[in-house]
Amino acid sequence: MDASLITYIVAIPLLGFIINGLFGKYLPKSVVGLLASLCILIPFALVLPLYGNAYNEGSERIIFKLFSWFDVGKVHVDFSFQLDRLSLLMLMIITGVGSLIHIYSIGYMKEDPRYHIYFSYLNLFVFFMILLVSGSNLIVTFIGWEGVGLASYLLIGFWFKKVDYSNAAKKAFIMNRIGDLGLLLGAFMIFKSYGTIEYAKIAELAKNGLGSTVVDFIAICLFIGAIGKSAQLPLFTWLPDAMAGPTPVSALIHAATMVTAGIFLVVRFNFFYEISPLAKDIILYVGLATALFAGLIGIAQNDIKKVLAYSTVSQLGFMFIVLGLGAYTTAMFHLTTHAFFKALLFLGAGSVIHAMHNEQDIRKMGGLRKKLPITFITFLIATLAITGIPPFAGFFSKDEILANAFQKNQLVWALTLLGALLTAFYMFRLLFLTFFGKFRGGEEAESHLHESPPVMTIPLAILAVLSTIGGFIGIPAVFGGKHYLSKWLEPLYTHQYLEKLHAHHLDHNTELILMGLSVALVVVIAIIASRVFTKSTIEDKEAKGLSKILSNKFYVDEIYNTLIVKPISYISMGVWILIDRLFINGIVYLTGLLVQITGTGLKYIQTGNIGFYILMMVLGTIAFLLLNTVTNLF
Amino acid sequence: MVLLLLLLLPAFSAIIVSFLRGNAAKGVAFFLSFIPLIGTLGLLLDFNQLEVYPTYFAEWIPQLGINFALKADGLSMLMLLLTSILTPIIILYGFADEKSESPHLMNSMILFMQATLIGVFTADDVFLYYLFWEAALVPIVVIMLRFGDQLLRYYATLKFLVYTVAGSLVMLFAILYIYFLMPEGERTFFYANFVDVALTAKEQGWIFWAFFIAFAIKMPVFPFHSWQPDAYVQAPAQGSMLLSGIMLKMGLYSMFRFLLPIAPIGTKVWVPYVMVLAIIGIVYGAVVAIEQRNIKRLIAFSSFSHVGLMAAGALSFSYLGYQGTMFQMFSHGINVVGLFIVADILGRRHKIFVIDQMGGVRSKAPWLATTFLIILLGSVALPLTNGFVGEFLLLRGLFDYNIIITVFAGLTVIFSAVYMLRAYQDTMLGEPHRPNQVFADLNLPEKVTLVLLAALVIIFGVYPQPILDLTAQSTKEIIELMAKKNVEIINMITY
Repeated sequence: MDASLITYIVAIPLLGFIINGLFGKYLPKSVVGLLASLCILIPFALVLPLYGNAYNEGSERIIFKLFSWFDVGKVHVDFSFQLDRLSLLMLMIITGVGSLIHIYSIGYMKEDPRYHIYFSYLNLFVFFMILLVSGSNLIVTFIGWEGVGLASYLLIGFWFKKVDYSNAAKKAFIMNRIGDLGLLLGAFMIFKSYGTIEYAKIAELAKNGLGSTVVDFIAICLFIGAIGKSAQLPLFTWLPDAMAGPTPVSALIHAATMVTAGIFLVVRFNFFYEISPLAKDIILYVGLATALFAGLIGIAQNDIKKVLAYSTVSQLGFMFIVLGLGAYTTAMFHLTTHAFFKALLFLGAGSVIHAMHNEQDIRKMGGLRKKLPITFITFLIATLAITGIPPFAGFFSKDEILANAFQKNQLVWALTLLGALLTAFYMFRLLFLTFFGKFRGGEEAESHLHESPPVMTIPLAILAVLSTIGGFIGIPAVFGGKHYLSKWLEPLYTHQYLEKLHAHHLDHNTELILMGLSVALVVVIAIIASRVFTKSTIEDKEAKGLSKILSNKFYVDEIYNTLIVKPISYISMGVWILIDRLFINGIVYLTGLLVQITGTGLKYIQTGNIGFYILMMVLGTIAFLLLNTVTNLF
Repeated sequence: MVLLLLLLLPAFSAIIVSFLRGNAAKGVAFFLSFIPLIGTLGLLLDFNQLEVYPTYFAEWIPQLGINFALKADGLSMLMLLLTSILTPIIILYGFADEKSESPHLMNSMILFMQATLIGVFTADDVFLYYLFWEAALVPIVVIMLRFGDQLLRYYATLKFLVYTVAGSLVMLFAILYIYFLMPEGERTFFYANFVDVALTAKEQGWIFWAFFIAFAIKMPVFPFHSWQPDAYVQAPAQGSMLLSGIMLKMGLYSMFRFLLPIAPIGTKVWVPYVMVLAIIGIVYGAVVAIEQRNIKRLIAFSSFSHVGLMAAGALSFSYLGYQGTMFQMFSHGINVVGLFIVADILGRRHKIFVIDQMGGVRSKAPWLATTFLIILLGSVALPLTNGFVGEFLLLRGLFDYNIIITVFAGLTVIFSAVYMLRAYQDTMLGEPHRPNQVFADLNLPEKVTLVLLAALVIIFGVYPQPILDLTAQSTKEIIELMAKKNVEIINMITY
């Protein structure tokens, strides 16, 4: 296959960013939207043959060097790309789902005066995301890594006049940067220990090495980077706030692509995690804690986008659970299906918000299924997919997660299952509150309800199809499936890992029982939710006890504010006033004063008497010589 | 010969400009400031292929071994390039304020400054170097006193002057000490001989401090910095740009040129302590910057923080650290000048430099918002901006030296985002502080300077190699000089 195609895949979105950014305001809106969408669709069309070729030829990877970025002493960093099965899978998701979201945005952002800026940022994001997944070394990935952070900052704060929105954007950027420092330190250690930063070479060198503190250090540092980008505990609070951005942005960046970069990174470095059990355990517990924590918060949120945001955090937690269990393919599987159904959920939510004239409170919705039939059906499919109802996409990936958890131990399995049930609960609650029962938003709002235009509903429909059949890329052996995805990703792993993988398998009966159990429980929850959340009125009672804690998101933001943000602010002011102005400046000032006083005193020895001066000079010389002798003694 | 011309041209230009008045002074100054840029670029064209460095030599005071000797190695060339890029930009920015007073004096002093700076960066004779080092104070002091438009300018100038002169005197003492160590009759200030003087470890110990304090004040390094926020705030915009963009690089340049080759053992002994000062500076500057409400002072502390990082790199005993620092010296100059231009545009329009009184500028001046963002990203070292490569190499070099130190130094990654995005948000985003605030869009000189600087931020971020190649050889020579005195850097063989 022709690897130089990757240059076009990277360059076209960048071109879209430049054209729309500089000249967009002179172009008609239709051209702007079309151009931006084409700048993602064309790369998608280019990825397809590459994917097909990789499938037919079965080659491990192709590296394409664009130019040598910087080359200093031992540090060689090429601006080069690597096309392998992992990056191609990610590219498919990014450009595929990305195109749909661009098209959807044409309708969603129609009224916005800064339409061209929006699309240029969106293209910029895709450009950086492509760099992130297709870099052949950690530094090119890091360009993308920080770049998507920038694009996310720009898009979250797109409506920059609202202070809350720009606060959210800033928070996202800074929290990501905390992780980025970890990633950077990991990169330094890799450089120092292996002398290279190229994925292929590191993988080769790491094969022969045994686990050690160095590997633990690297693996944990890289995971810190992943925590920031993929919004895991304790750096997750930026993601719910990031919902300030336009809804298609949430779908693209904060659901389908950018937030999965952390998972991508861990899979990319799976060879390190295989020899660092410590790092794997950390990932497992962080993922587990996040999945449950965010799931719990999700059940008490009333903002349609916030529910989905916590859901995303929680689903990413699931992916990290399996990464911690060493099931990298399963994580990629869930990443893929999640990209479909979560993007669909967000776009559906966008359609609802659009119809509701920017109302996001689900307590004021209800009964929307009649007014927004296409949105409803697609949203329903996505809900079935995320909650794991067969045969929708999420069923297969979630089942695989649970099966892996069961193999680790029953407790991990039980907790993961609990997380899955929380998912079912908040999703069905959302579904029923929004689409069933009676409309609670008042007559005025009801009369404005309308289904979105085709430019928005067609992407919904396509994503609904993908959310329905997406799981078929990983049909487990228990159903006689071949699990296409695990075959596809096999070249990523070491031989030892694959041998180990094939040796361990849950027997089919257990697997079927687990499957049946989880599906049955989800159905029970769905039935309960259909009873509870279809009432025509919602009692507006004061939340108490646990539900108060949940609706306040465990007060994490408040805790961070009290423990970190405010103290830093006080320290900043304190250091400035007490240390800088009073202490250091005080010393300087006192020294000056002292000199002045001495000067005032000394001016009386300026007598104008030459004899006196000579005497002083001689005395001074003697004193200097004495001093010199004395210092030489020591 | 080219070097002599490069040095004399701005000096003559300064004289010519001082006779002109009004806009003619600005225009001629701008035109003349281009000649050194062309000369420097001409020198750079085949610089890496040259067999010998460009030099100039003339006897001056042979009795004392003082020569008018100039020489430009890669590090000198880098500083020359920075000076000759920034000077026209700073002069061009002068057009932005049409009502500016005495432009002939301002521009004449800027050009004079350029001459002295080129002198500092090319002097191959320690006496000559010292002369230029001190002479560089004259134009900046004149600028601060004449154009600093606030009450505190006398205070700030005096503080700055006392600080730097005190530092210089300590350095002068060390220079003379080394000079008198040479056998009588062979005494010379020639750089090569000067570096060759054998010093005991004990002597190197105190000579390290003598030099370090002088350079640390100039940069400044914690805790020698208290002149800096005052000077940057009270100086006029162009003065702050000269101070932070170019002048502080004198300190870093001199560390490489003198401190490391002359007293490498002394450096090795004292680095653990001095490194701590540098790291304190990084965190301290960044933390203090977070709550600054005066945008110029915020930039001052941000610059202070970045300089701490560069000082740490210069002390890292690592080839990568040195290279990263040199790259960063270049990028920091571009970024900080850009930031001061933004600050001045905001300050002049709002008639106040307090960021709480600003806001919502983005919808009124989109070019300002965009270029500010790009320069800001350079300053927070986002990849593909000029700030990244230097910071990456620098931290990578520090990582070889000590991991814990690197973690603390790396906090700059987080803190710089905190204070910079905060400043961006308070000035550009949201709604204007006063609802009917008038904010004129950028005029041509403002736009051109900012777009140029933003372009440089991206160009050197995407393609940094020429700068790195430029300093590679001279960095190796510095390391060889250190090796002569039995101090090896980390990973000596492979750099």
